[in-house]
Amino acid sequence: MALLEVKGLGISFGGLRAVDDLNMEVDRDSLVGLIGPNGAGKTTAFNLLTGVYEPTDGIINLDGVNLVGKKPPEICEAGIARTFQNIRLFSQMSVLDNVKVPLHHHLSYSLAESFLHLGSYRKKEKEMDERAMEILSVFDLDKQADQLASNLPYGKQRKLEIARALATEPKLLLLDEPAAGMNPHETEELMNTIRLVRDRFKVAILLIEHDMKLVSGICEYLYVLNFGTELASGKTGDVLNDPRVIKAYLGE
Amino acid sequence: MSLITGILEQLINGLRTGSIYALIAIGYTMVYGIAKMINFAHGDIIMVGAYSLYVFTAILELPAAAAVILTVAVCAALGIVVERIAYKPLRNAPSLAVLITAIGVSYFLQNTALLIFKATPIPFGSIINISGIRLGNINISGVTLVTFVATAVMMVGLTLFVNKTRAGSAMRAVSEDRGAASLMGINVNKTISMTFAIGSALAAVAGILYICQYQSLQPTLGALPGIKAFVAAVLGGIGNIPGAMLGGLLLGIIESLSRAYISTQLADAIVYGVLVIVLLVRPSGLLGKQKTEKV
Repeated sequence: MALLEVKGLGISFGGLRAVDDLNMEVDRDSLVGLIGPNGAGKTTAFNLLTGVYEPTDGIINLDGVNLVGKKPPEICEAGIARTFQNIRLFSQMSVLDNVKVPLHHHLSYSLAESFLHLGSYRKKEKEMDERAMEILSVFDLDKQADQLASNLPYGKQRKLEIARALATEPKLLLLDEPAAGMNPHETEELMNTIRLVRDRFKVAILLIEHDMKLVSGICEYLYVLNFGTELASGKTGDVLNDPRVIKAYLGE
Repeated sequence: MSLITGILEQLINGLRTGSIYALIAIGYTMVYGIAKMINFAHGDIIMVGAYSLYVFTAILELPAAAAVILTVAVCAALGIVVERIAYKPLRNAPSLAVLITAIGVSYFLQNTALLIFKATPIPFGSIINISGIRLGNINISGVTLVTFVATAVMMVGLTLFVNKTRAGSAMRAVSEDRGAASLMGINVNKTISMTFAIGSALAAVAGILYICQYQSLQPTLGALPGIKAFVAAVLGGIGNIPGAMLGGLLLGIIESLSRAYISTQLADAIVYGVLVIVLLVRPSGLLGKQKTEKV
């Protein structure tokens, strides 16, 4: 059984059908791309998967659990985490705290414990700091742990967003245009990071991307959206050579 | 009495009033930071706190400590209830609708108090019965001492809470980006409720200290300190907790010194004048972030 199963997913905003009859399957530990021209409904699909929008129809199953109608925190708990097209870090918090916010929901202690600074509070805080630093070190961010997130250079902010999403311990990681605004060298580095994340954290990754070098370089399977519905899907090489896909991107 | 002694005494008076403003201002600023709204009913929570204390001590004759705890609990619960009933349904409404609702809640609370306790001011004996101290030529009353200690404890506690606990970091995350926080597993509704509870609990403490100082209860007693504290929050930079503390203390001192050395009638005008000048120079307040809008 696939990790993520999406069947007949759709949403309407008034008369506009932003996503229509979307069917997808993402296997465990796989790297899948979601591509398509601007306005095709890719980010809307992400918003449906993470509970930001509630679908008008369709089914979303993660690991056999139905996610339709659940709120974002519940879906996060169920195992989907994401990054954003325009970076949305907690910019006035430290790099370390950005990663600790989602971690807190796995290692909890009561308010009384934290006020009284009981041993269990200290121990859990220490565990959490260690876990957060461990995640940060994977992204080479551990030396900047005490800096404000807003002070990081752009490429590192993108990495921190991935680190923060991983701190929720997801089964499926959604990356919304991770290479947006990056130069070719940074994109190259990002490709390595994404592969590393998949192998190290054992997550399936579904990513939206316009950079075809990145898509063809790391994605094993592709779904192509156009006008809210699926235009093509299949192995990366096949899809990118599909005349319908080329037409959707380049026109007649 | 020498000039120095006089100034010192006025400074202490100012710090006492300023401490109360600061406690109230923190509530305004926290709620603004998280819910992006000005809760104009916040001042009336002070009034509810004052009347609750009166009911628990003078009518039910509970011991002072129990009365204080119950008063804080009543106000915290009221904060949560007001948010649930009045503000939560308007979470995605235009800010003007929320503002009008807050003013409505304020009138509702005042008139409920008017209905129950009538308009005639009720005298109230302070529950703080410790004696003052004398430093050189300066007398510091018991109420003043308790105000200083209580305010300091609240501020330190709140700062630790916001910066060191998981609930505090959830609050900071929600205030920065509600959507992203909720996608990282934070329960936004719970966090907003908690913010209202904490803000209202601080207002309750402010109400207790206020009423022990002024010793008279009436349904509109929260209005003036509420507005002053709002000014303090804006002065310090709305949304910024240390800013609210600083703004409150400064406002108290400026008010007290102007009243003593310039003019009693002009004191309030001077206070608001300072606000105008600060906002002209630093539109986002003393400690507020200067925002540059990207076009």
